[in-house]
Amino acid sequence: MTPAIATYGVLLLSVFGYLLGLRWALRLEAGRVRAMHSRPYYHGMWVALCMLLPAVIFLLAGLALKSFVPEWIVVRGLPADYMEGKRASLVAARLWSIANEQFGVSNVQPLEQAAADRLVWLNKLADWIIGLGALVISILMGLYALRPIDRAFQARNATERIFLWILIACSAVAILTTVGIVFTLIFDSLRFFAMVSPTEFFFGLNWRPITAIREGQLGQEGSFGFIPVLVGTTQIAMLAMLVAGPIGLFSAIYMVEFAPHGVRSTAKPVIEVLAGIPTVVYGFFAATLVAPLVRDFGESLGIPSSSESALAAGAVMGIMIIPFVSSLSDDVISSVPGRLRQAAYSLGATRGETIVRVVLPAALPGLVSAMVLATSRAIGETMIVVMAAGLAANLTLNPFEAVTTITVQITTVLTGDQPFDSPMTLSAFALALALFAITLMLNLFALQVMERYRDQYD
Amino acid sequence: MTDRPENFTEWYTSERFNVGVRRRRTREGVLRGLGMVSILLAVTMLVTLFGSIFYQARTAFVQTQIGLEVALPAAEFDGGTQAGADAIKDVNFRGLVADALYASLGGRPDSRGARREMLALISADASFQLMERVIEEPSLIGQQSRFWLPASDDMHNIVQGVVDRDVTEDDRRTSDAQINWIERLEDQGMVRSAFAWDLLLRNDSRDPEVAGIFAGVVGSALMLTVTLVVSLPLGVAAAVYLEEFAPKNWFTRLIDVNIRNLAAVPSIVFGLLALAVFIRVFGMPRSSPLVGGLALSLLTLPTMIIAARAAIAAVPPSLRTAAMELGASKMQTVSKVVLPNALPGILTGTIISMAEALGETAPLLMIGMVAFVADAPSSFLDPAAPLPVQIYTWSTSPERAFAAKTAAAIIVLLLFLFLMNAAAIYLRDRVQKKW
Repeated sequence: MTPAIATYGVLLLSVFGYLLGLRWALRLEAGRVRAMHSRPYYHGMWVALCMLLPAVIFLLAGLALKSFVPEWIVVRGLPADYMEGKRASLVAARLWSIANEQFGVSNVQPLEQAAADRLVWLNKLADWIIGLGALVISILMGLYALRPIDRAFQARNATERIFLWILIACSAVAILTTVGIVFTLIFDSLRFFAMVSPTEFFFGLNWRPITAIREGQLGQEGSFGFIPVLVGTTQIAMLAMLVAGPIGLFSAIYMVEFAPHGVRSTAKPVIEVLAGIPTVVYGFFAATLVAPLVRDFGESLGIPSSSESALAAGAVMGIMIIPFVSSLSDDVISSVPGRLRQAAYSLGATRGETIVRVVLPAALPGLVSAMVLATSRAIGETMIVVMAAGLAANLTLNPFEAVTTITVQITTVLTGDQPFDSPMTLSAFALALALFAITLMLNLFALQVMERYRDQYD
Repeated sequence: MTDRPENFTEWYTSERFNVGVRRRRTREGVLRGLGMVSILLAVTMLVTLFGSIFYQARTAFVQTQIGLEVALPAAEFDGGTQAGADAIKDVNFRGLVADALYASLGGRPDSRGARREMLALISADASFQLMERVIEEPSLIGQQSRFWLPASDDMHNIVQGVVDRDVTEDDRRTSDAQINWIERLEDQGMVRSAFAWDLLLRNDSRDPEVAGIFAGVVGSALMLTVTLVVSLPLGVAAAVYLEEFAPKNWFTRLIDVNIRNLAAVPSIVFGLLALAVFIRVFGMPRSSPLVGGLALSLLTLPTMIIAARAAIAAVPPSLRTAAMELGASKMQTVSKVVLPNALPGILTGTIISMAEALGETAPLLMIGMVAFVADAPSSFLDPAAPLPVQIYTWSTSPERAFAAKTAAAIIVLLLFLFLMNAAAIYLRDRVQKKW
């Protein structure tokens, strides 16, 4: 009995429950549907929902518990002298490799073999408990649901109430996701800060996330100073905004204020194509075409340049963000009320003067929040910088040299072969927490400003 | 004001006034010019991007093949012309291919080095392709027939002109001897360029000349299936609740703020969430389409909800009122009147968010989808390397031929995205009702 089979079983039972409820209701009324409060199929749905939902919740909860309870029981049952100086998670992983007879597991002690067998047995037991439990719950709930069915039973109201709760639960997924993000990031960051002091992380000038592969290995001391990574991130985001800001803003001004209808209706979608291109494509473009050009240009100026540079990554990221800036600015500028423009015209201002002296100042809060949102997107962008910005954390302001960003470091750290518990792996979560905090602040600020701006003219 | 003349007609025709107006108009022209230049720049960048990718991909859609008269002596096959698939797999096809190659280039070279160099003309995968052909068509056994087998990536680059054959020997990966041999084969008409079906129909390989994106496409398809199955019902349900049922209270506002913030959270963070929750807590298999699909569902959920809300809000209130007047409950109104009318809009939003999910790479790297995957995944739990991830891994390969392959894979990805967006635009323009 696996949980998968139990899931199908529960689904099948619920279909059966639907038919049963339907027949039950039809038989009660002997075909005289009118006299009932609810149509018969609502009775069927009521039974099916009662059979389905509790069983599914039980299945999910059971699977979540199963992922750690058997391991915990077995590892706790191991003698203390065996556990001496070992991490529980590593022991559990070893037991699993023994149980699966994985290649490369050697020196298996009888004790470990017994524990591994016990682990497998407990897992099978858990599967049976989860599977049978779900089926039993489903059947019991079906019996419970059949009881109230009669002429006066308000099956429609009951099912609609259940559906409403399902809708609320689905909406709450957004909250759950945020909570999940915040919780995992903080939880693992705390574990990281237990190994590396927060002072070193936030003020350190050296980023070299290496951890000793063996205990007490010499020359493998990593350093986790966040500053060079932050400087690199800021630098690339600024370069991107230097490209995207003016181009996006001026094209938005042109399209709202000057462009004839035909130009606007072709140029706008064409620019928006830029937003639909996957970032990995921009990364490839940056690495194969832009980076070599930038390097050659830098060398011709006599500036130390490398083949992966902040400028190449920043410029290409800027191209990616152009449509973001231009469509946000477009919305903001178009929503400046016409009466302001007309007032300016009636005072004799030219179109250009109206834009520069009236429309843009009126739109300023909205434009600022558009730029802030775009910056936040640049900070969180990953693939372009992974492919074109480099890995070494140089503390430099020279845009022709390689710098690294938060997202690049998260990627490098997590795609290596490192155990889950090393400071190196955990540093990714601390970096991600910093990234999340920075972008969240920027976004909240931008949304706040945007909202106030909207209120002003609505 | 004081220096302005009393007579306005005189003032409006005065030289000073006209100079001022002209100057003001010029300033306006500057602004207009900046706008036009900006748009032109953006379009130029777009054209450059596409141009560079198409230019780099030009040699990846053709496969350079070498024609060899391979003898398949029945004696080599256990069971002769009736040999089964297992017996065929035991045959030394490498040797057969090598003999055919030696024969067409004037005999087996004496030195081992020269033999190795000569064999390097042909892809390492050629003998496997020959084996597959023979398994497919056992009647070939006992005969000598011409097979077109893929050339190695270095030879492909020489033949297709990616690498200039006139540069000195030290500056290229191929030796002068190899170039002589390939030119001899060209003179015999034994080198041809065929459409690279391998690119589309084969799985990933370490040898760029035969590497294909099939497994990546399958991986992406499986992953998008999970994303669609999870995010469509969740997104529509959340949108229905927020648009139709939610009272204006702190909870609704909290959900609203959450959705808008999630839409702006960097995608890589969703990868970390999936790593921590789905893989570590729930113990789902790493690099599987299931975990990737779930991560992408969370990522696309905000887009999904926002699009579905817009579609639901666009259904005119008069329809709702009419349904309620006829005695329908709120839930019946929503399920029988509002949702069917909002469906085209919801579908448009769905396609657009699926396109967004298809191109997403960063969160997938977090959940271990960077491994080399030799076989197409056959279930949601098998390791998979979706198309964008395959593009990323190919782009980091040192072999020069992989650069062209990467560009070709990008074109395929862009083609999928183009089709999806075209479908969305079609739906929006044709199917959606105008009220």
